Amino acid sequence: MATTKMTATVIHQEPIGTGIFSMQLQAAEIAKQAKPGQFVNLYSKDGSRLLPRPISLCEINGEAGTLRLVYRTVGKGTEEFARLHAGDKIDIMGPLGNGFTMQEEKAILIGGGIGIPPMLQLAKELSQQSVEVQVVLGYRDETFLDEEFAPYGTVYFASEDGNHGVKGTVMDAIREYGITGNVIYACGPTPMLRAIQAYALENGIVAQLSLEEKMACGIGACLACVCKSKEKDHHTNVNNKRICKDGPVFFAEEVEF
Amino acid sequence: MNTAVTIAGVTWKNPVTVASGTFGSGAEYSELVDLNQLGAVTTKGVANIPWQGNPTPRIAETYGGMINAVGLQNPGIDLFTQRDIPFLKQYDTRIIVNVCGKSVTDYVEVVERLGDEPVDMLEINVSCPNVKEGGIAFGQDPKALFEITKEVKAVAKQPIIMKLSPNVTDITEMAKAAEAAGADALSLINTLTGMKIDIHKRTFAVANKTGGLSGPAIKPVAVRMVYQVAHAVQIPIIGMGGIATGEDAIEFIMAGATAVSVGTANFHDPMASVKVAQGIEEYMKRYGVEDINELRGCVE
Repeated sequence: MATTKMTATVIHQEPIGTGIFSMQLQAAEIAKQAKPGQFVNLYSKDGSRLLPRPISLCEINGEAGTLRLVYRTVGKGTEEFARLHAGDKIDIMGPLGNGFTMQEEKAILIGGGIGIPPMLQLAKELSQQSVEVQVVLGYRDETFLDEEFAPYGTVYFASEDGNHGVKGTVMDAIREYGITGNVIYACGPTPMLRAIQAYALENGIVAQLSLEEKMACGIGACLACVCKSKEKDHHTNVNNKRICKDGPVFFAEEVEF
Repeated sequence: MNTAVTIAGVTWKNPVTVASGTFGSGAEYSELVDLNQLGAVTTKGVANIPWQGNPTPRIAETYGGMINAVGLQNPGIDLFTQRDIPFLKQYDTRIIVNVCGKSVTDYVEVVERLGDEPVDMLEINVSCPNVKEGGIAFGQDPKALFEITKEVKAVAKQPIIMKLSPNVTDITEMAKAAEAAGADALSLINTLTGMKIDIHKRTFAVANKTGGLSGPAIKPVAVRMVYQVAHAVQIPIIGMGGIATGEDAIEFIMAGATAVSVGTANFHDPMASVKVAQGIEEYMKRYGVEDINELRGCVE
């Protein structure tokens, strides 16, 4: 598999929530290789913003050569991307990172906030493999992508304000609904991932966690985005795995974060 | 048209290398960049033993630049010689190994270990602002710099390039100390110590609190320092600090640099280093420059 840097064309972009955008890109070289849980780097056209923005893949269509990115605007870089329209060009590099390891076991997919998007492609591909898919989505208040998971499995919700599903966190939803499974796949804020890690280790459930950290190169060279690992890492031999290259997805027992 | 340059007896096919720490040992970039098109590859700093580096977050973007405090995480000389040097030997490019340490003994040990390795030059990092011991401590005091340069030079089998810090009152004083102690060449500049505060989280943007500022934002400072040092010493200079295009590189060469390094630009565009080499050629064609060496220090 080869990482490609290319100029992609925006096919469509629309807001799907407050500060949440859904962007469809034509990027065949990347789309035909990409798998769930991988990400792409998006590059700003403004020379004052040098570092790429890593964005997870929400949907991948290898045949059509398209990618869908769902992201939150958090600063000037993502605000620039949000202004792009159909036909506009953007430099991107990918696919980056390892992605999820798809296991043919009853699955619990957990997405929190802007960690929800990568779960959509995963849900789709697992259901295609006839895996029993349960999805738990956690929101602060406003929901997005919530209606798109239904074709692939049973969907449960948690929200901090209680307006959507269980009032509380995704862990509250798992307990409240008595959700069980053999493999957890999760992406979301660090406190959520820590709670899932603890839950998985206590209950002997396999959990794959997608981590996040400030990144620069995106390809494992600069060593900016490391996390503490149980095993010696391949690169430096010091128990520091590179989130962009060795991850972003790690098994719960592999990492401390 | 000649783009080859010679530094301390080592000829590079063109005057472009990559700045230490931005390019690993080239393996990750080799999927995207043809390393054969670079004059040299400069590796990330290597110490006598593996170093863990600093806590995260290690980087933050700033206007036209970035701050890093990676803290020289590296695999140590054993794994480096087994894996990274053989990897780079596959390419037709010069190999410059960046050496870091916490004490003079650490530096000497690494330099001795590299003596019989097929590497072309050694760049001695005495200017990292992100490690508590060693690093910049040697690079901010002319006496300490003189001593470490002398010790390293005494055991080195390859030409040594001392990498200087801009975080000093007078960089020419440091350059002269290194030259007097036997340095074969100089690299400048390393990063400028900086700080960024995350006002939303009310904390420092990098865990180390301070970090090294790099990128186009520092380029005018770097060009000025290269110019000053070029007028203060006779040994060749590898200029760096915010180079992203061929034009940027030409500016450094006109200020007095023999060669240049592309650093932070690699994060914005992994192909930046090769594009800089191509940009230099385009400039030469445009102005009918036969030999890149004609341009060196052409502004008096």
